[in-house]
Amino acid sequence: MRQKYRIRLNVTTLQTLPQPEVCIALLFEIAPNQIQRLSTQGLAMTSSVSPGRLYLGGDFYTNHFEKGSSPDTMILNMGPQHPATHGVLRIIFELEGEYILRTEPVLGYLHRMHEKMGEEQTYYQYMPNMGRVDYLHALAWNWAWAGAVEKLGGIEVPRRAEFIRVITCELNRISSHLLWWGAFLLDLGAFTPIMYGFDDRERILDILQRPTGSRLTYSYYRLGGVAADLDDTALDMIRDFVPYLRSRLPMYRDLVTDNMILRHRLEGVGHISVDMCRRYGATGPTLRGSGVAYDVRRAEPYSVYPELDFSIPTDHECDGMARYNVRMAEIEQSLNIIEQALDMLPTGEFWAKNAPKPKWKAPKGEVVFAVEGARGKIGVHLVSDGSAKPYRVKLRAPGFSNLSLLAEVARGTLLADAVAILGSLDLVIPEIDR
Amino acid sequence: MIREFGKALQGLWSLAIGLGVTFRAFVRPQVTVHYPRATVDDANLRTYHGHVELIGKDDAPEVPRCISCGMCAMNCPSACLAVVKQKAPKPTPEQTKAMEEAEARGEKVKKPTAPKDPARFTYDFSLCSLCGTCVESCPVDSLRFSTELYQAGFDRNDFHFDLLARLRGQAESRPGEASTPAQGGQ
Repeated sequence: MRQKYRIRLNVTTLQTLPQPEVCIALLFEIAPNQIQRLSTQGLAMTSSVSPGRLYLGGDFYTNHFEKGSSPDTMILNMGPQHPATHGVLRIIFELEGEYILRTEPVLGYLHRMHEKMGEEQTYYQYMPNMGRVDYLHALAWNWAWAGAVEKLGGIEVPRRAEFIRVITCELNRISSHLLWWGAFLLDLGAFTPIMYGFDDRERILDILQRPTGSRLTYSYYRLGGVAADLDDTALDMIRDFVPYLRSRLPMYRDLVTDNMILRHRLEGVGHISVDMCRRYGATGPTLRGSGVAYDVRRAEPYSVYPELDFSIPTDHECDGMARYNVRMAEIEQSLNIIEQALDMLPTGEFWAKNAPKPKWKAPKGEVVFAVEGARGKIGVHLVSDGSAKPYRVKLRAPGFSNLSLLAEVARGTLLADAVAILGSLDLVIPEIDR
Repeated sequence: MIREFGKALQGLWSLAIGLGVTFRAFVRPQVTVHYPRATVDDANLRTYHGHVELIGKDDAPEVPRCISCGMCAMNCPSACLAVVKQKAPKPTPEQTKAMEEAEARGEKVKKPTAPKDPARFTYDFSLCSLCGTCVESCPVDSLRFSTELYQAGFDRNDFHFDLLARLRGQAESRPGEASTPAQGGQ
């Protein structure tokens, strides 16, 4: 009976496995001592790359990851179809019992060559791509692209358009934070919060649908303005929405923030020091949750943000709860910004008359422009050779830097805490893979 | 010891408050609708941008305003539009004779010109990203977003639209209505 035992374990559901031998024995109804015997007889039950380890039929990544591990540990593959990885992120863990010894994220399942597509399309035509890089805060990416091209071409944006951009971008930021809030608590095992979060988020989508025409992948900003004006109905809807959401925030606090179970799961979990943020380039709420008041809207002011009065919420605890608190406080700050921008909204045109046409040729040059997205610093590095198409587009996604510190943070934590850490980083996989 | 006890009580109280929120939501009216039996209000649906469609002329709703310039097809980022111009009609023998005579006299020859509206206007919705570049670049405002929401198909070809046929169908089903612009933020 020289049969090769190739066993594929769907380990996403089995979080706590005992020793692999026992587990496989259970799956195939073979006695553990029999497996031991098969192993010692060399009947191909061991891994080819890591002698002494059971062969689980992994792919390149798991086989590579297995190298250097000790035979007593277990390799656990989470994703790319795991609900807690929000999309198609895959993470490989090496576990000792419930504790994580090593971890490695595997990326690229949602890679769509956005940067290469930028070289094939004109400056004007690239805008729909921006709504699809990060679908949750699409307008920030719209802004990053429009701002970079406007900086390159010296295009003037009408003042009304700047305020419309501020209002819509902040509304989009709130909707992104609300979805993060619901999905994060879903990861932690609380089902109801996402219903409240989506109730409020739907109202924002209704408002944003009026000018943009879509509910998720917006392509609304244009070079030198925005595609459509905010009409009176939309302005009234926003005016009604701001106090409404403010009245809902205490409910969020009662329902979730003060909840004992949530606090026990997040306090002291996933400590990210400022030093680690600096090493990996983490920005946004991840960095502000470590106590650094860095916000692109203040650090590298763009548009009309210097005229608006808002504070940058920070938290010095550096743990999951700190990042949670920062995001909840950011919702309030965004509401303040929207209210001020509504009062200051000037009349005038929303799209410059001499705005670039689709076949517009940009001047030669190189430009970097950054905006503050819901997840951190969104950067566009643009090189132009003077033709109608960009020579090179580099997109700096905050999620990529925020994810890269996971391997270091998750070391030594429990598997369930790794899910909490992952959620507290607020990852959007299309943005990481681009 | 007492402090620990107090902490536990505080935690339990936080759970009770959370349950109170849930209970209040439980007795509130429903905010969602049961989709196939009911839909959300129409004013909300009409601001949604569906696929692109042609606008007819004010006096002839079955003929599009389109002048077949091809700006929309040229500027589309995903190349989902195809516009084919009409060919000039073949001159009748009398016209040919008149043209030859005019040429012999040294006058400027007036050849029959093609009608401006397109012979074919096809649209592949499966490629479209609804960015609105075609709507913005149309010089005669012949394109707009439709308010079609509910679209499902079993085949990729279900989303290849012949926009001219769609416009004719609209003109037949709702005479006089086809040229009114879609309500929305545009």
